[in-house]
Amino acid sequence: MRLIVERVSHGYGALEVLDDISLTVEEGEILAIIGPSGCGKSTLLGILGGLLKPSKGRVLTDGSAPEGSLNPITYIFQDFALLPWRSVAGNVAFALEHRRLGAREREARIDEVLAKIGLRDFASALPRQLSGGMRQRVGIARALAVRPAILLLDEPLSALDAQTREILIEEFLALWLAHRTTAVYVTHNLDEALRLADRVCVLSRRPGRIREMVAVDVGRQDRTPARLAPLRERLWRSIQDEARAADREYV
Amino acid sequence: MSEPLRFRGGGFVTRPKPISSCLAGLAVVAIWQAVASAGWVSPVFLPSPAGIARALAEMALSGQLWRHLAASLQRILLGFALGSAAGLAFGLALGLLSHARAAGLPIVSALFPIPKIALLPLFILWFGIGEPSKVATIALGVFFPMAIATYSGVDQVPRTLIRMAQSFDVPTHAVVAKVILPGALPGILSGVRISASIALILVVAAEMIGAEFGVGAFILTAGNLMRTEDLLAGVCLLSILGLAVGFLVSLAERRLLAWR
Repeated sequence: MRLIVERVSHGYGALEVLDDISLTVEEGEILAIIGPSGCGKSTLLGILGGLLKPSKGRVLTDGSAPEGSLNPITYIFQDFALLPWRSVAGNVAFALEHRRLGAREREARIDEVLAKIGLRDFASALPRQLSGGMRQRVGIARALAVRPAILLLDEPLSALDAQTREILIEEFLALWLAHRTTAVYVTHNLDEALRLADRVCVLSRRPGRIREMVAVDVGRQDRTPARLAPLRERLWRSIQDEARAADREYV
Repeated sequence: MSEPLRFRGGGFVTRPKPISSCLAGLAVVAIWQAVASAGWVSPVFLPSPAGIARALAEMALSGQLWRHLAASLQRILLGFALGSAAGLAFGLALGLLSHARAAGLPIVSALFPIPKIALLPLFILWFGIGEPSKVATIALGVFFPMAIATYSGVDQVPRTLIRMAQSFDVPTHAVVAKVILPGALPGILSGVRISASIALILVVAAEMIGAEFGVGAFILTAGNLMRTEDLLAGVCLLSILGLAVGFLVSLAERRLLAWR
């Protein structure tokens, strides 16, 4: 499924957050969106998934969802958004409970994704008993259980420590290579963007405009720090002045 | 020259000291009993703990205790059930609906601070001196704290959980039942704790204004007859009642909020 953004602008009252964004997320690609804090990355992601109505412009989907998809456009959240009173399996079940799905099929799907993410032994654990990394794995399992056509990831690793982040990047990449689900990955971490994405969309400071669209022309298996260094350098040069300015702004 | 590093303090962390708790309680009763036994104070002004215990036992044996307790409990339960059900529904509306919040919150905030016992004379005019006026006073006293606790409980449910549910196209009624209500439960239960103690205050006050039976009526009658032992036996009963309610709420919190 493709996602087409046409001339989207958004503001909260007098505050302009996004200005005239047009882009297309192609079938089967990971598009990373980076930019200084407060540039409207998360606002844009909210608009892409129908959780925010843009002030201007529109978003279109093109193509059909895969067989058995229950929620074509599905989020993975920065703060995991797990129901703390539900177990791991219960949190995955939450995404399936209001669908036309027999109890047996639901159980089968839960079991399948928990096994895939390595959470089977933790099925009855409560979120508070889990580390941050495990909590985000639950978030990923919940998203996969509905078999999405498009994944929207809102800084999914920002709340995790550096080592856990590294482990989860690799796991996510392995999962993605198996499914090749279209994905939009919002982050402020250049390395995450370069490791995962096919293209990196750089947003400017508020109001967010598309500054440039950078194709990551290194095969995913060859993305060593050395190979990515020139691209990283280029992206950093593109955003550093604005990142510095954004840092010194009142929020 | 080496020196051992000086410990500079542990941040005033408190630890449970159960023996001190028991000793303090025993000491208060023992001193009280000693003062009363020594005959320094007239038993009309300060009866001994043993005397109060005797009065309590006599009340229990004669069946008076149960009659008064039953009358009070009935009023509390009925008033609490009515007031908390209405408060829960109203608080949920305040928390969820912008219009209800805009219209209702100023009104609730204005009426909340009124001591509800001040309205008992009005309710007696409306409903007569019998049960309905007492139950209405308790229900109204319970309604406001429950409405406000529910409202702030709903307000404290993390927005991102609601957005998550909406991002999975969960229908609105299920978002309320499965995300908002469980998320607001800590606030609702603290509302139950506050309003239960308010119900206890109001039932005693209402019974002192006009009732044949009830712990409040019993205490007032004992005072008028200068039967101080009975009076304090009634007060002990209220203390036990308050502790029992607090224990029940804590039990509910432990069972229902185990996920925290």
